[in-house]
Amino acid sequence: MKDVVLNNISKTYDSGMVQAVSDVSFHVNKGELFGLIGPDGAGKTSIFRILTTLLLPDGGSASVNGSDVVEDYMTIRKNVGYMPGKFSLYQDLTVQENLNFFATIFNTSVKENYDLIKDIYIQLAPFKDRRAGKLSGGMKQKLALCCALIHRPTVLFLDEPTTGVDVVSRKEFWEMLKRLKQQGITILVSTPYMDEATLCERIALIQNGSIMSIDTPKNIIAQFPNHLFAVRSDNMGNLLKDLRKAKIIKSCNAFGAYHHVTFHDDSPEMKEKLMRVLEEKKHTNIELKPVTPTIEDCFIYLMEN
Amino acid sequence: MRTLKFLLRKEFKQIFRNKALLPMLFVVPIMQLLILPLAADYEVKNINITIVDQDHSAYSQKLISKIMASGYFRLASYATGFNDAFDDVENDRSDLILEIPQGFERNLIRENEQQLYTAVNSINGVKANLGGTYLNRIIADYNADVRVEWVQMPKFNGLPTIEIVSSNWFNPTMNYRFYMVPGILALLVTMIGAYMCALNIVKEKEKGTIEQINVTPIKKYQFILGKLIPFWVIGIVVFSMGLFGIGWLVYGIVPIGNLLLLYAYLLVYLMAILGLGLLISTYAETQQQAMSIAFFFMMIFILMSGLFTPIDGMPQWAYIMTQFSPITYFIKVMRMIVLKGSTFSDIKSHFLIMIGFAVSLNGWAIYNYKKTS
Repeated sequence: MKDVVLNNISKTYDSGMVQAVSDVSFHVNKGELFGLIGPDGAGKTSIFRILTTLLLPDGGSASVNGSDVVEDYMTIRKNVGYMPGKFSLYQDLTVQENLNFFATIFNTSVKENYDLIKDIYIQLAPFKDRRAGKLSGGMKQKLALCCALIHRPTVLFLDEPTTGVDVVSRKEFWEMLKRLKQQGITILVSTPYMDEATLCERIALIQNGSIMSIDTPKNIIAQFPNHLFAVRSDNMGNLLKDLRKAKIIKSCNAFGAYHHVTFHDDSPEMKEKLMRVLEEKKHTNIELKPVTPTIEDCFIYLMEN
Repeated sequence: MRTLKFLLRKEFKQIFRNKALLPMLFVVPIMQLLILPLAADYEVKNINITIVDQDHSAYSQKLISKIMASGYFRLASYATGFNDAFDDVENDRSDLILEIPQGFERNLIRENEQQLYTAVNSINGVKANLGGTYLNRIIADYNADVRVEWVQMPKFNGLPTIEIVSSNWFNPTMNYRFYMVPGILALLVTMIGAYMCALNIVKEKEKGTIEQINVTPIKKYQFILGKLIPFWVIGIVVFSMGLFGIGWLVYGIVPIGNLLLLYAYLLVYLMAILGLGLLISTYAETQQQAMSIAFFFMMIFILMSGLFTPIDGMPQWAYIMTQFSPITYFIKVMRMIVLKGSTFSDIKSHFLIMIGFAVSLNGWAIYNYKKTS
């Protein structure tokens, strides 16, 4: 069963001047937690808006729950939950009023679907009479999720739900998503944070409106073609320059406290060769170790090739 | 219907919770109705006059005292010559100069004829125009007095005069407020309808809440009705407050015509004006834009509505323009029903035109308001 299907979807803005989405095809299985990973401006929100029937695609077709996003938009609107990247609830209504409002316009009540939002709502309960605009960022996010869930949608679209949220709340949020997945809800989530990719079952890496790779995070990492090494020394700035100049190096990118490098040739003696090069350049305290690639490494690799 | 009920409940909750909007809706119209009709008055008093009396005779004194007794003029100064007097005008101390020539009395008696000279500062057109008119009337009156004095014991009335006596219908005392209050009330209802409606919808766009609404099964017409009905109701409430609370109690203006007819017209008018608000909201992306567009239309509508300047005096092209402003019709109908007691057959054409406005403005707005872009 495929809950969300996209076939060659394209979208341009400013009458064709800006290509936001080009020829994107992927599908999301029923009950899957699917991640759309890409930097700002990659086209994630445009894809979400097309799938939630807010935007008409220029080309291609897409369906949610088997309903076409153009023809059957009313059916889709009844059955999906959408949480936009920007907080879009009524700031001058209280937590409870917002929740009740969204429940009633879907012809249901908070009571009816309380079990679905219980875990999240419990944390909001102390603030139920507070206006939504006066909530903290994390609480706003939880309320928005509650409102998107209140009609028991079959597919949930979350557009950058963790952007601008602190680390603890982000972790909590992903825990919540996992629990929702267990309820059988299909979740499509987008994020610019590469470290969150591994929390999804399958991911699509997107850049400049095109999909670069779709697979499980594990497979994407396994497809990384070279051995990856982490290098550090006392002078990280010069080290990056010297590494990039070295002929044996294929790629070199700053990565936290280390620089991640790959060689043109994956033979074992390359490691010693590099050490010699760096010592010649008078680097001290050189540390060189093999590491497993992360999604970010894969993303950069795919971007450069 | 159920969805609409919830939308309306939400809308009213938001309106009554808005601490800045509520006074705007109810207190401001009342304040304006209390202040504007009292301040906006065409009768000009305190016209400064400089008199150059070169005759210093009993007749010139009589003329001067008659002018000063009229209550319209305030003596700025007595000047010795026209040039002195003109200095006063140049320095904005005086609006009018009246020059009484030397030998005024003598020539008047001997030659039965004399000339006076007036000069008017026309920078303020209304003041100059009215001041000149008042002065001419007083002088004419004075002239008549003088003649009556001379023609003692008229055996035969050798001076036939045509006297025009006019009576003012529908507003016998020429009370300026009777004319202004219904017009200003019409204007206030318009402002509330167009501004509030436009701003409210654009606010949803600006805050992004419309995105969230658009992914729900709410239908286009439900959303629009949910926005129009609250302001429709508020418009009626504000109108009633103004008509009965201020018009009747404070100014004593009792509507002569049929109230049901007046309200029926109001309902149609509000539909038209809310349609304008809706239309503005479909073109504006932010509240600032909506405000600017609404302000532009309101300024033109107000200035060309016939509230301050009579439409009939406008040039042909301007007259045609006024016919495209719904406010023009509402102000006219307000005055017709409230002051004149017009019946349905009198305003039938106005009714049809307003229905036309309502249908076309709303139709255009709905056509333009797209749920999916």
